[in-house]
Amino acid sequence: MNWDKMLSKQVVDLPRSGIREFFDLVTGSKDIISLGVGEPDFVTPWNIREAAIFSLEKGHTTYTSNYGLESLRRAISKYVQDFFHVEYDPIGEILPTVGVSEAIDLALRCLLNPGDEVLYHEPCYVSYAPSVKLAYGVATPVETSIDDLFALNPAKLEAAITPKTKVLMLNFPTNPTGSIAPLDTLQKIAEICIKHDLFVFTDEIYSELRYDGQEHVSIASLPGMKERTLLLHGFSKAFAMTGFRLGYACGPRELIDQMVKIHSYTMICPTITSQEAAIEALQNGTAAMHEMRDSYHMRRDYIVKRFNDMGMDCHLPGGAFYTFPSIQRFGLSSKEFALRLLQESRVAAVPGTAFGACGEGYLRCCYATAFHLLEEACDKMARFCDTLR
Amino acid sequence: MTQDALLKMLEADARLSDQQIADRLGLQAADVAARRAALEEEGRIVGYQAIVNDDTEGVSAIIEVRCTPERGGGFNHLAQRIARFSEVRSCYLISGGFDLLVQVEAKTLIEVARFVSEKLSSMEGVLSTATHFRLKTYKQNGLLFGEEVNHDRLIVAP
Repeated sequence: MNWDKMLSKQVVDLPRSGIREFFDLVTGSKDIISLGVGEPDFVTPWNIREAAIFSLEKGHTTYTSNYGLESLRRAISKYVQDFFHVEYDPIGEILPTVGVSEAIDLALRCLLNPGDEVLYHEPCYVSYAPSVKLAYGVATPVETSIDDLFALNPAKLEAAITPKTKVLMLNFPTNPTGSIAPLDTLQKIAEICIKHDLFVFTDEIYSELRYDGQEHVSIASLPGMKERTLLLHGFSKAFAMTGFRLGYACGPRELIDQMVKIHSYTMICPTITSQEAAIEALQNGTAAMHEMRDSYHMRRDYIVKRFNDMGMDCHLPGGAFYTFPSIQRFGLSSKEFALRLLQESRVAAVPGTAFGACGEGYLRCCYATAFHLLEEACDKMARFCDTLR
Repeated sequence: MTQDALLKMLEADARLSDQQIADRLGLQAADVAARRAALEEEGRIVGYQAIVNDDTEGVSAIIEVRCTPERGGGFNHLAQRIARFSEVRSCYLISGGFDLLVQVEAKTLIEVARFVSEKLSSMEGVLSTATHFRLKTYKQNGLLFGEEVNHDRLIVAP
């Protein structure tokens, strides 16, 4: 078989994720403390797991509507109204998907014609640019920096807009920086989007995990934004349900309508087991979620202090469960630092460059790891930093 | 708030050092030591123990005790007398069909039986007892026993 001829050029030319590269390096290594994961260290709370088991026991093993269970959409609608203060009709404006990733893929395919440009802020989650490319769009990063605590700078955003720009992708709190967009920044971004008639995807998967004492504000709730925003959320992070693969998109009926079309051909629906477990999460999962959030909060404070004590420059991230310390003063690239840290200290952290070129000089360290392991990892990293001086 | 956090942390792992707790709560170790001492002093922290799985060693029984309350003292006097026996691991005043719930531990079944018949039942004020022997422990002090090995996460994930 001539695979060069057989495989799609579009896909072959798509680069592998930098995380994947690093994953291949650590696979098979033993006795590693990992700060490299992107998921909670908690098991899904028992009442939610039990609801999934009960769903199977009842014999609920069928497809659901392409729109998902109406009872789930009603529960999502109520939760979104209470938490984000935006109202979405469970009939036609909410679509449960297989994670936020599927929702992003669907929405991009629905909005982009070949050559349309999508802006997104870097460093960012690894799938944004590839998803845009797979939808035949042009992905244009807007770099963020420590000067703005990795929030999107409105002036830089506006400078990157061209006549072909159609969509802006936002993710606050941000993976990998834990960054928050302050309200006045969000307001300026909203004004720019309205002025330039941009559509916004806002991936707010980490929105419950905030530690700055501020109420989370979604750009979808700002004046004039609901009609041009797709609010993306899910259960993976706040409810520790990554393996359930369940997210949802809330947005204008016209867009959801088209998204369901693709979804009905490619995915049909998320598993009914996950959908029924998610209803339990929304209705009775808040106490457990708050307990997990408080635990992350304590770990964030601890790890940031330790990093700064050992000579890395680490800002206090406002949310998610990532720190993004600078390793610039050690004179190594992110990749070299991460590799040597892995080989010499058996601690895995992801090079900042896995999340975009402007992540050079940084590491992503996830603190959703048991406290005693965080302590051990920090001790090892401190000794490693000493050897670099 | 800090006191609640300190108690929660010690309840989860009493072996944490004052320094470790201080690091986690963003306090000084001396401050943690002082707060801990105060909690011990006021009787809020009663002790520190290991939680041992002794299902295959020894015998444990839960005993329901019905008794007559005393004028003036209610059940307290009798309950305290029962609680002082070294065989008694825990003793609670309970609402419902009986009055005291007593957990007893001994090396053999005979020892438990002897305790019940010779010491407990014969006490003045004890009307009746019903003894239930433990067969297996599934959870104790918030900890699951015999849990399967944890499912590992990927070492690196997006």
